[in-house]
Amino acid sequence: MKQYVIIGNGTAAVGCIEGIRSVDKTGGITVISKEKHPVYSRPLISYYLEGKTDLEKMKYRGNSFYRDNNCKVLYGAIAASLNKENKTVLLENGKTVAFDALCVAAGSAPFIPPFEGLDTVKDKFSFMTLDDMLALESAVTKESRVLIAGAGLIGLKCAEGIHNRVKSITVCDLADRVLSSILDIDCAATVQNHLEENGIEFMLSDTAVRFDKNTAYMKSGKTVEFDILVLAVGVRASTSLIKNAGGSVNRGIIVNEKMETDINGVFAAGDCAEGYDSSTGANRVLAILPNAYIGGYTAGVNMAGGEKAFNNAIPMNSIGFFGYHIMTAGNYDGEMIEEKDDTSLKRFFIKDNRLIGFILLGATDRAGIYTSLIREKTPLDTIDFELTKKAATNIIYKKEIRRKKFGGVV
Amino acid sequence: MKRVYVNEEWCLGCHLCEYNCAFANSGLDDMAYALKGKKIFPRIHVESGDKICFAVSCRHCTDPICVKSCIAGAISKVDGVVKIDRSKCVGCLTCVLVCPYGALAPGENGTMQKCELCLENSCGAPACVEGCPNKAIVYEERGEEE
Repeated sequence: MKQYVIIGNGTAAVGCIEGIRSVDKTGGITVISKEKHPVYSRPLISYYLEGKTDLEKMKYRGNSFYRDNNCKVLYGAIAASLNKENKTVLLENGKTVAFDALCVAAGSAPFIPPFEGLDTVKDKFSFMTLDDMLALESAVTKESRVLIAGAGLIGLKCAEGIHNRVKSITVCDLADRVLSSILDIDCAATVQNHLEENGIEFMLSDTAVRFDKNTAYMKSGKTVEFDILVLAVGVRASTSLIKNAGGSVNRGIIVNEKMETDINGVFAAGDCAEGYDSSTGANRVLAILPNAYIGGYTAGVNMAGGEKAFNNAIPMNSIGFFGYHIMTAGNYDGEMIEEKDDTSLKRFFIKDNRLIGFILLGATDRAGIYTSLIREKTPLDTIDFELTKKAATNIIYKKEIRRKKFGGVV
Repeated sequence: MKRVYVNEEWCLGCHLCEYNCAFANSGLDDMAYALKGKKIFPRIHVESGDKICFAVSCRHCTDPICVKSCIAGAISKVDGVVKIDRSKCVGCLTCVLVCPYGALAPGENGTMQKCELCLENSCGAPACVEGCPNKAIVYEERGEEE
């Protein structure tokens, strides 16, 4: 009986388990889970703070998931090293776990810059895990002045999550705009404006250089008084196991389309992996939940002896703040076409007869039709793209394509 | 399995399917009371072009990307039917971002809804199909079995 080991217990791990079981119903699966919780929906931690979900509903799978899939979960276990010759994982508690096929789904960890005086700050938090969130929840009060370092997805979702529970929120970022990884300057300004209308204050192109207890001394010379500090500057893929075992690592663990690393029998998926981004044609860490699941599932199928490739990953995000929805996909290195009205903005990016990216603000209905044009690399001269700019519609497709999509099994 | 399929040549663009869908999923037994004067949130929608119109609802894909993409684990496939547990949905719209057919949309309370073939409401089979005056949508077996 084949023995599978998965390091990590998040979305990629679930994908991996379900991928393995789609091929091999009986092999042993051991999950090495640093967190002491069954798998939960990590992106929901901010929604919990808003009261839109609870710990029960945050369970990513039902209570019988591990039992149904015959998995052994080692809670609180941390993988210390990988022995690729003996095919074993050594845990920090000294035990070893043997595998025939291994998937590293270790995710990422917050990157904390070496701020001077950070150790003098009493209430400081990351915002990645359920435990991070619960710790933050117990620290905030209606009187809390919160400083969030980082105006990315994590920092801003944290701000939205706590805004009704605290007195004030200031977000600083060295970047000149919010959500700099997914928005261009104009769109970022629109989103920032919306966030400011909801009471969030910003200090952009600025960062803390030194902390002294409840005071942040900024690069600009300003000071910020705060009670709670949230560090959401960035994340780093957890790659050390593979790196130390001699596997190839760049920003993430390098994997091929089958999610294999260059160590025999070892796969990687999720936020720790650097796989193929079909929107740019280069390898890249695409730390988003759909890709974690699909990458994990792909790894699982291949670990169990099946055949699967994950070759159509693209960056894409759907994120909302205070009821205002933002969707982005692909990259923006093309000719821009803009559609705009009083409440919404759409920017499409086109290159070589293909839609390669978009940014949608406030008008997101049926956006998957656009996303699919990017994923499928649909030549724009085979559809009526003009028709779909104002509102996404399937009318753009030729009749025979529509017949396949809506008259056949897809 | 049986799915809802479109015969676009026959669609009149009357939007009755949208009303029948909203009514079937309202849990009420009086159509006028359920829908009159209200904004409706059907799980099927009619798309109209210059010369053609047709109704779009969930394709119940063999490999549904919405299931894999849902950040809340709220969408699952059970016996071939793609279902959503709306109590788990937080309205992030990731499913809207990934569905190639534009088949998911938020309901009245902001959580997502989608066609579940009326298998669990009082109809037991798609109300949109039942009420289509021109058989422009049908509920039948086509193509391979899973």
